[in-house]
Amino acid sequence: MSQHAPKEIHSLSFGLMDPEEYREMSATKVITADTYDDDGFPIDMGLMDPRLGVIDPGLECKTCGKHSGSCNGHFGHIELAAPVIHVGFNKLIRRLLRGTCRNCSRLTPVDGSKYADLSEASEAADEKLREFRGNLDEARSLRQDLSDELKSAMRTCRRSSSDTNEDKCPYCGEVQYDIKHEKPTTYYEVQRVLASDYPERIAQAMEPDEEDGERVTPPELADETGIDPGRVQEILSGSFRPRESDREAIEDALDVDLTEEDMNKLMPSDIRDWFEDIPDDDLESIGVSADKSRPEWMILTVLPVPPVTARPSITLDNGQRSEDDLTHKLVDIIRINQRFMENREAGAPQLIIEDLWELLQYHVTTFMDNEISGTPPARHRSGRPLKTLSQRLKGKEGRFRGSLSGKRVNFSARTVISPDPTLSLNEVGVPDRVASEMTQTMNVNERNLDEARRYVANGPETHPGANYVRRPDGRRLKVTEKNCEELAEKVEAGWEVSRHLIDGDIIIFNRQPSLHRMSIMAHEVVVMPYKTFRLNTTVCPPYNADFDGDEMNMHALQNEEARAEARVLMRVQEQMLSPRFGENILGAIQDHVTATYLLTNTNPEFNETQSLDLLRTTRIDELPDPDRVDDDGTEYWTGRKLFSELLPDGLDLEFTSSAGDTVLIEDGQLLQGTIDEDAVGAFGGEVVDTIAKQFSKTRARIFINEVSSLAIRTIMHFGFSISIDDESIPPEAQEQVDEAIDGAYDRVQELIETYERGELESLPGRTVDETLEMKIMQALGKARDSAGDIAEDHFADDNPAVVMAESGARGSMLNLTQMAGCVGQQAVRGERINRGYEDRTLSHFEPNDLSAEAHGFVEHSYREGLDPKEFFFHAMGGREGLVDTAVRTSKSGYLQRRLINALSELETQYDGTVRDTSDTVVQFEFGEDGTSPVEVSSSQEKAAVDVEEITNRVLDEEFADENEKAEFLGERAEPTNLSEHADDWWMAQSDD
Amino acid sequence: MTDYDVPADTEVLVEDSELPRRLKDEVYSTLEDRDPTPEETEEVVQAIEAKYRDTRVDPLDPVGTVSAQSIGEPGTQMTMNTFHYAGVAEIDVTQGLPRLIELVDARKEPDTPMMTVHLEDEYAQDREKAHEVVWNIESTKILQLGDVSTNVADMLVRVSLNEDTLMERWPTVSDPVEVAETIASTIESKLGVETIQQGLVIEFGPEQPSYRDLLQLVEDLSDIVFKGIEDISRVVIRKEETDNGEEFVLYTEGSDFGTVLGIEGVDASRTTCNNIHEIYRNLGVEAAREAIINETMNTLEEQGLDDVNVRHLMLVADIMTNEGTIESIGRHGISGSKDSVLARAAFEVTVNHLLDAAVHGEVDDLNGVTENVIVGKPIKLGTGDVDLRMSAGSKSAD
Repeated sequence: MSQHAPKEIHSLSFGLMDPEEYREMSATKVITADTYDDDGFPIDMGLMDPRLGVIDPGLECKTCGKHSGSCNGHFGHIELAAPVIHVGFNKLIRRLLRGTCRNCSRLTPVDGSKYADLSEASEAADEKLREFRGNLDEARSLRQDLSDELKSAMRTCRRSSSDTNEDKCPYCGEVQYDIKHEKPTTYYEVQRVLASDYPERIAQAMEPDEEDGERVTPPELADETGIDPGRVQEILSGSFRPRESDREAIEDALDVDLTEEDMNKLMPSDIRDWFEDIPDDDLESIGVSADKSRPEWMILTVLPVPPVTARPSITLDNGQRSEDDLTHKLVDIIRINQRFMENREAGAPQLIIEDLWELLQYHVTTFMDNEISGTPPARHRSGRPLKTLSQRLKGKEGRFRGSLSGKRVNFSARTVISPDPTLSLNEVGVPDRVASEMTQTMNVNERNLDEARRYVANGPETHPGANYVRRPDGRRLKVTEKNCEELAEKVEAGWEVSRHLIDGDIIIFNRQPSLHRMSIMAHEVVVMPYKTFRLNTTVCPPYNADFDGDEMNMHALQNEEARAEARVLMRVQEQMLSPRFGENILGAIQDHVTATYLLTNTNPEFNETQSLDLLRTTRIDELPDPDRVDDDGTEYWTGRKLFSELLPDGLDLEFTSSAGDTVLIEDGQLLQGTIDEDAVGAFGGEVVDTIAKQFSKTRARIFINEVSSLAIRTIMHFGFSISIDDESIPPEAQEQVDEAIDGAYDRVQELIETYERGELESLPGRTVDETLEMKIMQALGKARDSAGDIAEDHFADDNPAVVMAESGARGSMLNLTQMAGCVGQQAVRGERINRGYEDRTLSHFEPNDLSAEAHGFVEHSYREGLDPKEFFFHAMGGREGLVDTAVRTSKSGYLQRRLINALSELETQYDGTVRDTSDTVVQFEFGEDGTSPVEVSSSQEKAAVDVEEITNRVLDEEFADENEKAEFLGERAEPTNLSEHADDWWMAQSDD
Repeated sequence: MTDYDVPADTEVLVEDSELPRRLKDEVYSTLEDRDPTPEETEEVVQAIEAKYRDTRVDPLDPVGTVSAQSIGEPGTQMTMNTFHYAGVAEIDVTQGLPRLIELVDARKEPDTPMMTVHLEDEYAQDREKAHEVVWNIESTKILQLGDVSTNVADMLVRVSLNEDTLMERWPTVSDPVEVAETIASTIESKLGVETIQQGLVIEFGPEQPSYRDLLQLVEDLSDIVFKGIEDISRVVIRKEETDNGEEFVLYTEGSDFGTVLGIEGVDASRTTCNNIHEIYRNLGVEAAREAIINETMNTLEEQGLDDVNVRHLMLVADIMTNEGTIESIGRHGISGSKDSVLARAAFEVTVNHLLDAAVHGEVDDLNGVTENVIVGKPIKLGTGDVDLRMSAGSKSAD
């Protein structure tokens, strides 16, 4: 291969950039705000300068000579007319201004005025700096956040801003002033200067005050302060401003404050000069890396211009060019920059210069971040705020979460899913047009040469065809309808052929939201006509999929390592057991459960034709001995017997079914009990779970597939439907229901009367009102339950709704109660409905009516139909449910994101410990005992390793042959089954 | 030597196996009464060892992600509603998803603080004795003790205490007047007023006659706690079935774990609290870990999701307490203190993390998961953490 070995990123280093570095790496200086000339060519030294990279196909980059697509683009630069502040660092700039000396720029960790002389002060300051360094080293070694250390150090350095005690630099003794920060980027130095009304203030102070009552005369003042009396007069008249020492003397003498605050704006250039003098050592002691990020670099003098590839312009349909938001912003910056320079050269007044400076600052600020509070965002002509640098990185669709952590990929497909019960659960039906787009690379050799040629000869349109070939010299050729025959001849060993997906290929299949690892599983391809992905219905639970329009994604794997991993680790059958609760998550659902219930509950009999028909789609092709032979010689098989045919030999089980009877399985024969949800259902069906754990996952997969085939045949045999009439109850039952409800109404009325008489006794810790509500709720709840019981008594056992509820296939007895008996109390926030009008729920009721019907009790059943008031209350309850679901999905989604982010680095090690990627031990043994959550069911008491059972098995020699024993002892590995197509071989190997 | 009656060679065999102590003992006790041949023993041990190895987590298994998913996924099935606490209808406790979020956030103060106070010996058996503890816990305010009235003419607040309540709440004091005296002195110290106490009646007024001050006094009076713990507004006493018979258990609304543990009659070894920070402060980080596990498990159980394996909750609790203090899961806790700049930037507050990293000149060594996804390298987890190399040249590799 002519290619270089790909470079691997070892580490990433962060830092600020030196303006010199910007200039050096810049491809060009940008001076014109225009982008394209009239002919549509980029202007030299403009924002679209061809040296900054190319976006139009066909053009050549003037810097690297590559074409669009392979040229990554190059940075340019703008020389700013005056320095401006980088907004992102405004807090740090403030901290540094407050914590360093305005004269010598050294850190001021102590107040110099508190020490006798400078040498003492600087010693104390050095001591402090050493302390900072110590803290910093500790934080580094403990991997703590360095910015916390910086913040606390700078808090110490910040001078006290009290008026009386002026802070002094411990190194040079310079008086320090407080810094005021006006967000986002203006800084003021607050100095105390002589107030403009000083004569008045002095005169005021000289007036006699209440207590001592003496008026101070000017000569007295002169005496006391030692100022020349004439000067005092001048000061008093306001014609002479006292010097600082005189001012202080007067202040002392008269006990008056003659100063006011003066805000001296610090221009970015001043700040830059200030920061340039901060010594490297001082920076290191507060954790700022001096060689990577000098603080003066936080004040920009050069602005890097992102390459055009980072801000491509798009050509609209009418031929007009539309520029990227960043380009717009850069145009603004260059325009103002230009104007600034012109004005300054023309010697414009300071005021105008400052205005322009601020404007330049605004544009550079919004170029970095357009969502700063207090600053109006820069807007597009249409009024939409511009999306500038920060906005590009931030948030869900930002660069980090949207483009870097989640990437768009090739070899993927997405379409609607639909069911296909004839597929195995390991398989997926892939539409032929998807299969001919997704390809797999074949390395051609002598053995598969003919096969490879056949694919190429078929061309890209005919299904098992090929789309590309790669010659040994690395040239990639597209297979077309025209050249396919010709190309097929040329294919030799050493070529690579990108052939279509064919049956048996492994692909990855996924449905969003991917909440657990079973949301992404590997399937074997079965190429099919039409446009949907086809799934076996038994894989719906792990994906949480249904067929009401759900779409799913498919990914074709592109290297052998990935395919092997997918086959061994990710295949549906390998994911059969959920790590959440350690039981099977695959199994019979809905109609399958109904069918197995029908087959085994009453244990019906079938004649030979029927029996064979039921087992037709399973691998069973011979019937066992019949259960009963009629007098005329007709043979009959029971449902349980037929079901037992699917169970592996040697399976022994006993458990209670959800229908309530005891299921007994001995040596793979179902002797008694109903097979329903608890036996074969997804989410912990006992039989499936046991087969998966005691036999193998392959055996369990075969079992589930066969159960679903048998079930579908069964339900087709019996027929199963449900209608409104199935929920109707006889008139006498209806009467009983009405009676029960009337009884409840009476009880409620009684409660209300007791309450109104003030005789209702409150429950401990509750008010009387609350007690009443609770008791009414109880009474009405009871009424609904008894209505349900009455309705239930009148349903036959073969009522389809009852069958479904009892087998656990779908619905519950409560649903049935609501359909046939009474819907019951509607609740909002767990209480009866109390909202609406003042003191009543609807205008149909008297105010303060406490009765059941006025607070959302629905006495009708769904079948009878609700009256308008009931309907309204029902809608209120229903709406709460909808809102609840909407809120819940967003909350739980965020919870999941946080959990995964916090735990994603944890991994078990060979020594059994759980560590994160920086080798911190989190657990010495996973879950305190090192047991895999997949292997141990959390609902059952049984230990993962059942010593008793294993001992029995070994000592009683319950093995069919030596192989089985060797497998049990762990001397021989179980035969692996990596493909649907190897089932016959596998069954022969494992001979069950 | 073991306590089991097994042949010495069996013992050698079992002790040499890699089974943990628990299983070894189980093997001994099973083999004790079966009396197998040495060959059989060997096979049994071999089979058990094979099974044990099978049930262990695979090395390099990304258990963190699996645990996070196993807790997050059922979150979608939980309710947002706060419901009554199962069993104790009298106390409302935050349940469902909000409670789970609260725990994972490691909030300083839960939405509805609560304690379950178990009692010792006779306190747990005798209702009277249990009530004694109740009065020591539940905060007693003036309105519960008697009537408060204002006498506007004389500018006086008049408190007339109810003798029965006093006797009930101060069971150890025989004279109600004595109680009234302590109440009066509490009022004096708390409100800074002079009180006149006559029998069960206490009177006091503002220094200067002022209608407003008078009402203010009444207001302040109703906030004073005379007995019990201030933060605990209500205590519910319940008789519960336990392993060793019936006993009284107290449930409190509001919590002050440290103080309750010191109260006489409280069984400190079984008393718990739903504020993990309080448990951390009083019992240390290991107890806090246990509390996180129990509280999350209870929250899930309450919602019918009791099938979540505890091991997942343990891992979450362990990472939250790994630093020796309780860290929350999220930006302010574990995710915010990661080593990698890119991992932090990819989680939340992207820009600030990048700017800070620049100032400190940080270097990202790309060890973790997120950063490697970002730069496009295979992650060091699961199959990405193993390298297979073909031994080149030597044909007789096997």
